[in-house]
Amino acid sequence: MTYLDKASLKVVGTRPIRPDGVDKVIGRAAFGADMVLPGMLWGKVARSPHAHARIKSINIDKALAVPGVKAIVTSADLPAIPSEEAFVGEGPMNFRDLSSNCMARGKVLYDGHAVAAVAATSPAIAEEAAALIEVEYEVLPHVIDVEDAMKPDAPVLHDDLFTQGIDPKPAKASNIAKRITFTKGDFAQGWKEAEVTIERRYTTQPVHQAYIEPHACLVSVGADGQCTIFSSSQGQFMVRAYCAKLLGIDIANIRATPAEIGGGFGGKTLVYLEPVALALSKKAGKPVKIVMSREEVFRGTGPAAGGVIEVKYGAKKDGRLVAAELVVKLQAGAFPGSPVGPACMCGFAMYDIPHVNIVGYDVVSNRPKVAAYRAPGAPNSTFGTESCLDELAIELKIDPLKLREINAAKEGTKAAHGPTWANIGYTQTLDAAKAHPHMKIALGPNQGRGIASGFWFNIGGESAASVYVNEDGTATVVEGNPDVGGSRASMAMMAAEVLGIAYERVRAVVADTSSTGYCFLTGGSRVTFATGMAVTQAAEKVVVELKKRAAMIWDISPDAVDWKDGKAYPAGPNAGSFEPLSLGEIALKAGRTGGPISAEVSINAQGAGAGFATHICDVEIDRETGHVKVLRYTAVQDVGRAIHPSYVEGQIQGGVTQGIGWALNEEYVYDKHGRLDNAGFLDYRIPVASDMPMIEAVMVEVPNPRHPFGARGVGEVPIVPPMAAVANAIADAIGTRMRDLPMSPPKLRAALDLQDPPRLAAE
Amino acid sequence: MSKHHVTTNINGEPVEFLCEAQQTMLDVLRDELHLTGSKEGCGSGDCGACSVILDGKVVCSCLMLGVEAEGRKVITIEGIAQGDKLHPVQQKFLEHAALQCGFCTPGLIVAAKALLDENLNPTEEETRYWLAGNLCRCTGYDKVIRAVLDAAAVMRGEPGASVST
Repeated sequence: MTYLDKASLKVVGTRPIRPDGVDKVIGRAAFGADMVLPGMLWGKVARSPHAHARIKSINIDKALAVPGVKAIVTSADLPAIPSEEAFVGEGPMNFRDLSSNCMARGKVLYDGHAVAAVAATSPAIAEEAAALIEVEYEVLPHVIDVEDAMKPDAPVLHDDLFTQGIDPKPAKASNIAKRITFTKGDFAQGWKEAEVTIERRYTTQPVHQAYIEPHACLVSVGADGQCTIFSSSQGQFMVRAYCAKLLGIDIANIRATPAEIGGGFGGKTLVYLEPVALALSKKAGKPVKIVMSREEVFRGTGPAAGGVIEVKYGAKKDGRLVAAELVVKLQAGAFPGSPVGPACMCGFAMYDIPHVNIVGYDVVSNRPKVAAYRAPGAPNSTFGTESCLDELAIELKIDPLKLREINAAKEGTKAAHGPTWANIGYTQTLDAAKAHPHMKIALGPNQGRGIASGFWFNIGGESAASVYVNEDGTATVVEGNPDVGGSRASMAMMAAEVLGIAYERVRAVVADTSSTGYCFLTGGSRVTFATGMAVTQAAEKVVVELKKRAAMIWDISPDAVDWKDGKAYPAGPNAGSFEPLSLGEIALKAGRTGGPISAEVSINAQGAGAGFATHICDVEIDRETGHVKVLRYTAVQDVGRAIHPSYVEGQIQGGVTQGIGWALNEEYVYDKHGRLDNAGFLDYRIPVASDMPMIEAVMVEVPNPRHPFGARGVGEVPIVPPMAAVANAIADAIGTRMRDLPMSPPKLRAALDLQDPPRLAAE
Repeated sequence: MSKHHVTTNINGEPVEFLCEAQQTMLDVLRDELHLTGSKEGCGSGDCGACSVILDGKVVCSCLMLGVEAEGRKVITIEGIAQGDKLHPVQQKFLEHAALQCGFCTPGLIVAAKALLDENLNPTEEETRYWLAGNLCRCTGYDKVIRAVLDAAAVMRGEPGASVST
């Protein structure tokens, strides 16, 4: 059944208060660090001070001698596991690499890499003991920059890493983990046909997801091997799968409970602490809690990849694109697995271009292993492709929005990375942007306006959900996806719509791994789509059962029962004449009509709808300081159907703000030894309230026919256009193109000084 | 090491606790008094998730020692609602969907309450600068600012905005 007719909806599309809201505004919600267990120990991880070094020895004697220390673990306490691709998190992962990332084995590969961990009776003792662990290092040459890491004479991180995707297989190990290509048409031919060509190079910086809640977990290992894990993550089933593999534990022996998660954005789609805490707990025979400091979060987790993006466009003078090329060199951090694939695929996805050539490189270097971050990869490539398209528009003297309209992907367009688009709403975002009053606001001196578009796939995947009808006619929804931004509300709304009862009569809970069926993690903008589909189907099965029970009470055929507004009705005069039976009345009699009424649905949801967005950004440049102020921001996005519009707007506003931070401020600063110099929120500055204007989220609704309510994933595409939108606005304001992120005051000042040499001379 | 005995007032209740000299007020609240609503996002006074009101002023409890609470009055997120009656700021955060993950929310609500205790008619800009010490990575601040301004309107006796449609 589908519910695509918006006019018929009573609950979906409204803005009720989320069921977990009150706990979160009174301080009662339990996040990763908020729980305790009797007899619990505190863990602390000892980390490498070197960017690249061989571990010659680890002496734990002094640390063990500290009163209160109960256990110490190193990589020797984690089983050595073979290389094996993992498909339980978001993006590429190898179990062996993840184990070595949790606890360095043989070598440390970045400043902050975990080398040992202590469990003690207090946080202070654990910290004191961790500092007493003596690690003898042989310091090795290191490499931080992506292109430096690709050079033939670069220090090699892994001597068993040979570039994949090159034939024949290279004889020499390198830091280039793989090379990938996508082609459509014949780029060389298209380039010849072009009347105007443009080639530019752009760079992005790795940035941290910067969730405000540091990683935290509380675990317990019993003498019989049964484990409990309470931790902050984007997927309790992901935590369970990784811990089982990394420690050689049967999955049935792990019960992982999701804490409330204090932000993730992709950065909590893998484990850092949980396996270490389990090893400590096993050794000590007591529960162990570990909470990272902010410095540890910066040095040891995330970030999102950054890299080099080279773009070529060939166009006719009328603006039609005939050829495009994209080369992406992306940071993977210490282990292979940057999101170079999606980066390659997203850059040109908004356009219909006949001849395309795309090459991507996945490159390791002595930085923390990258983790997913909202549309992983796409912001990097799109900063390049959407900045370059703006440069082309200037060259062609065509309005940038018009240039996008001319080339926009539509129904039936074959994308450069393969698929043929169906049911997409890209042109609708352009239409809405064009019609928006924002476009008509006059700009003052040193002000500029930029537009940029973006694409993200969105995914479906495995989800399970149950709907239980309670004795009083209320209902409980149970599912397994941590709620990062209001998904409990959306789940309850979809169930309420199907059941025909009030939203407040349905409560949704996110259950532990032993209390609900398997759900792939919260990522890929999948939860409202995939888990929402499971919830909807479970509610539909409940309705079938409710009709059956009504038919039993009336002694008629179930086919002769209709369900409307939460009540069973005889389908017509032939069915008989009965007073309607409400869900509550049927629930009350459930014991006499066959027992409790519930349904569970497990699916692998297919048909996630592509997400397209077009953003408009106005900036003002302070020519004295080089500061860029974002004056106005309008983000238009095809959201399919907004189940809870406020939380859809919230995803858009939050993603835009993260993108603005990436555009203007955020970067890592490494010293010459490869040590991170800005591992804190003072020096790694994310946007604060006074940096931002209001952000107008414009929701275009082109329903996704593959979802019962038409929903598309909405969480990720908002971070894709902002960097180019800001850069294009800056170029419009000052006439200078900024091609290297972040577009921070020193870089703006340098650009302005080139424009204004007399002032430079006067200073 | 002997612990210090501290006599203070937290959320209107007289409280005594023992703490070590190096324990922060945030450590005391969370680990000794089990008031875990105040969050540690940075431990260095940069994120505001641990905000409490100390004798009427917003402070980061991670930058305050537990022993400094002696003789003072501390309000934490747990003391903002009166029983089951939410403070207007809390109610408006819910209505405006001004929280996503909810981790920075206690600090934002404490800081916003302190703002409205001082100024019932803040401008958007004043509100943004007042809350500039409270990092939120989820919301982009839009709905947070709207919620605080709407709470101010309600506290001034105006009808406030209607969000549900």
